[in-house]
Amino acid sequence: MTITWMTFVWAFVVGGIICAIGQLIMDGFKLPPGNVMVILVVAGAVLDGLGWYDPLIRFAGAGATVPITSFGNALVHGALDEAKTHGLIGIITGIFEVTSAGISAAIIFAFLASVVARPRG
Amino acid sequence: MNTKVKDEKLSYRQLVDRHRPARPMLKNTVRAFLVGGGICVIGQAVQTLFVRYGGFSVTDAGNPTVAVMILLSVIMTAFGVYDRFGQWAGAGSAVPVTGFANTMASAAMESRSEGWVAGIGGNLFKLAGPVIVYGVVSAFFVSLIRYIVTHIT
Repeated sequence: MTITWMTFVWAFVVGGIICAIGQLIMDGFKLPPGNVMVILVVAGAVLDGLGWYDPLIRFAGAGATVPITSFGNALVHGALDEAKTHGLIGIITGIFEVTSAGISAAIIFAFLASVVARPRG
Repeated sequence: MNTKVKDEKLSYRQLVDRHRPARPMLKNTVRAFLVGGGICVIGQAVQTLFVRYGGFSVTDAGNPTVAVMILLSVIMTAFGVYDRFGQWAGAGSAVPVTGFANTMASAAMESRSEGWVAGIGGNLFKLAGPVIVYGVVSAFFVSLIRYIVTHIT
């Protein structure tokens, strides 16, 4: 798999469509953004369970890995990878395996931001 | 008496609904598409840099890319830029992982005055928590079903 200019185009289109779906759920069902994020995370987990999210990542690159749906996908991925080597218990031990980067980075940077910055607005 | 109260409540809600301005769905969706797509293109650029100059494979570059996107989002949140921009972009800025980091940074920043432990520590996951809870619970059941299905067949 190589990155070409088309990868950028598909990243824009697919990432944009996922966000547009989020906006439609938000407006259509009058839901706050938090609920939409929850729905999309669960959708990402289910799509990976069906084996459909990986093809999307191969096709759209960051268009599929940057939206929050990829968080659900990564949770399932970690769990299934670990379950392959350690059996059923691997689902529990592996669930955060892949998402460590995202969660750790968010905790550390958010904490540091609250130390140095004042809320605005 | 009780039914009357209920009726009044219902008609009040209908009144509120009637006077609430309709959401401009098409405009919002187009904005979400453009901003969300734009954020993903920035992510693709970061990922490409990791592949070109960081020696990562395309799949392995996903994790460091997410970390960089989160850092960028938190910096923008600290300067108060992300939230202002989010009001315009709607789901376009909320759905990407940058929106997830934004909820954590803004919750932590706003509650700093309540103290280090109960304030920052207790509120960091106030908005992002549900995403992790339902993400992990759904991932558990999805993985369990997938595991059972592959081991039976």
